[in-house]
Amino acid sequence: MINTVYRLIAPRRFEIAFSDIDIKDKVIVRPSHLSICNADMRYFLGTRDAKVLKEKLPLALIHEGIGTVVKDDSNTFQAGDTVVMVPNIPCESDDYIAENYLRSSKFCGSSADGFLSEYVALNKDRVVKLPDFIDKNVAAFTEMVSVGYHAVERFKTIAHNRKTTIGVWGDGNLALITALILKKTFSDIKIYIFGINSDKLSDFSFADETFLTTQIPKNLEVDHAFECVGGNGSSIAIEQIIKYIRPEGTIALMGVSEYAVPVNTRMILEKGLRLYGTSRSGKKDFENTVELYKAYPDMISYLSRLVSNVVEINNFSDIKKAFDTDAKKSYGKTIMHWNL
Amino acid sequence: MVFAVILAGGVGTRMGSNDMPKQFLEIKNKPIISYTVDKFILDPEFEKVIVLTPKNWIDHTKQILKKYSGESEKIVVIEGGLTRNETIMNSIEYIKSNYGLDDDTIIVTHDSVRPFVTHRIIEENIKAAKKFGACDTVICATDTIVESEDENYISAIPNRKKMYQGQTPQSFKAKNLYETYNSLTDEEKEILTDAAKILTIKGQKVKLIKGETYNIKITYPYDLRIARSLLEETFDD
Repeated sequence: MINTVYRLIAPRRFEIAFSDIDIKDKVIVRPSHLSICNADMRYFLGTRDAKVLKEKLPLALIHEGIGTVVKDDSNTFQAGDTVVMVPNIPCESDDYIAENYLRSSKFCGSSADGFLSEYVALNKDRVVKLPDFIDKNVAAFTEMVSVGYHAVERFKTIAHNRKTTIGVWGDGNLALITALILKKTFSDIKIYIFGINSDKLSDFSFADETFLTTQIPKNLEVDHAFECVGGNGSSIAIEQIIKYIRPEGTIALMGVSEYAVPVNTRMILEKGLRLYGTSRSGKKDFENTVELYKAYPDMISYLSRLVSNVVEINNFSDIKKAFDTDAKKSYGKTIMHWNL
Repeated sequence: MVFAVILAGGVGTRMGSNDMPKQFLEIKNKPIISYTVDKFILDPEFEKVIVLTPKNWIDHTKQILKKYSGESEKIVVIEGGLTRNETIMNSIEYIKSNYGLDDDTIIVTHDSVRPFVTHRIIEENIKAAKKFGACDTVICATDTIVESEDENYISAIPNRKKMYQGQTPQSFKAKNLYETYNSLTDEEKEILTDAAKILTIKGQKVKLIKGETYNIKITYPYDLRIARSLLEETFDD
């Protein structure tokens, strides 16, 4: 079938293109709610390295999204099922390296076309059914929630067992999601949030304490930490974490930075810290995230606070409007209701 | 119930080939009609996708749709009529015999040689047919339309702002279309150029739906070249 695809061809410029999709052997999903990620915005605004932009564009953006199954000859899904689409496409399996870290894997909206298209054709193992009660605006960014889930899963296996206090650096979307999952996973630990904006910190009402990074109590310590800052703030956040973390603690690095980040290796060595990267997520993380939604429906109401803009996409020019809207927001997620 | 009616009755003489109707010509090793039918199979609103084709091409059509679109219980291939509107009437008669016809039965009629039709256009057609009884997919005219009564001199130049180019789908409440068509005289039927005119010559309203410039009809060899380049350019990425 001729599928209409909306590709970014240069910063701020989308173009209509067509691709053929085989409707026989795939699960065909009609996208309904798509969520814009900061990674999409870096392509849209042209803040990625010029060489990277040249290599990757033209490209259909968006890797966070849900839709409705319209056809599945394998009968794994029924027409009408609401599903979340898994953007990671593994091309091999490995006993030790997870699918989201294999260099051979493709990723929709980065090394393969994303979900900004009329239909999406997926292998049946790249589709996860959502419960009926789900708020679809929240479900749209399940991929991002699954990234938080994945980070917590890695934390369980990497960190030592004294998990009394955990610090989350950052007051944005990723920090809120990760802190929320930590709280649901480890109910008896204390979660401290460290941010720079008191308005944003007030959204972390489920956390035990929130601190402005300029007003951290001198004697405060955390067993482990999650860095959810990224960008230019990465360096300062990591420096602070190293200062306030107890010896032998673990630091999960989750914030994306376009630049090399200087790190105080002397103190890492002295404290015997473990730093580990965590990025993206695999099919299992999506499934477990959906189970978490079912087990803790209150998570949905916390996550719904992240929905800052909803844009109806009824024609081609609405796509650019949605991205321009996202560029102006200070916080939260822009959700596109996809009617194209 | 909502039915897709795919009009594949053309014998392709304008394509410069008398033996292969244009809907069976291939783009990227796949017949045009298969691309078109796939779009309608995927829309859950349709009870059946009825494909109407010349009698001698029914088996061929069934075979290629089976090969390229898979075993779909949604597809029915039946014989078309001598004219476009008779072909549409055949589809309504098929619906009448097999499912019954009531005031809410909708048909979404579409040229088999317009494979670039989009989900949005189809959805808006269904909604408008349900709400207004009939609709026609159009785009704003970009060229000035010139009218000539004698094929020699201009008789009028209509205001371009009021001109649109018709595309498909055209969608209707099937029972009303059927009854109105059968109420026309032979002279009135002679001047019909498309299905929407069945209603407009009787003073019935037909809602406009925004089409797309790329929802092209592959009629001439030139169109086929355009369609191939649109697809091949992006397929070969």
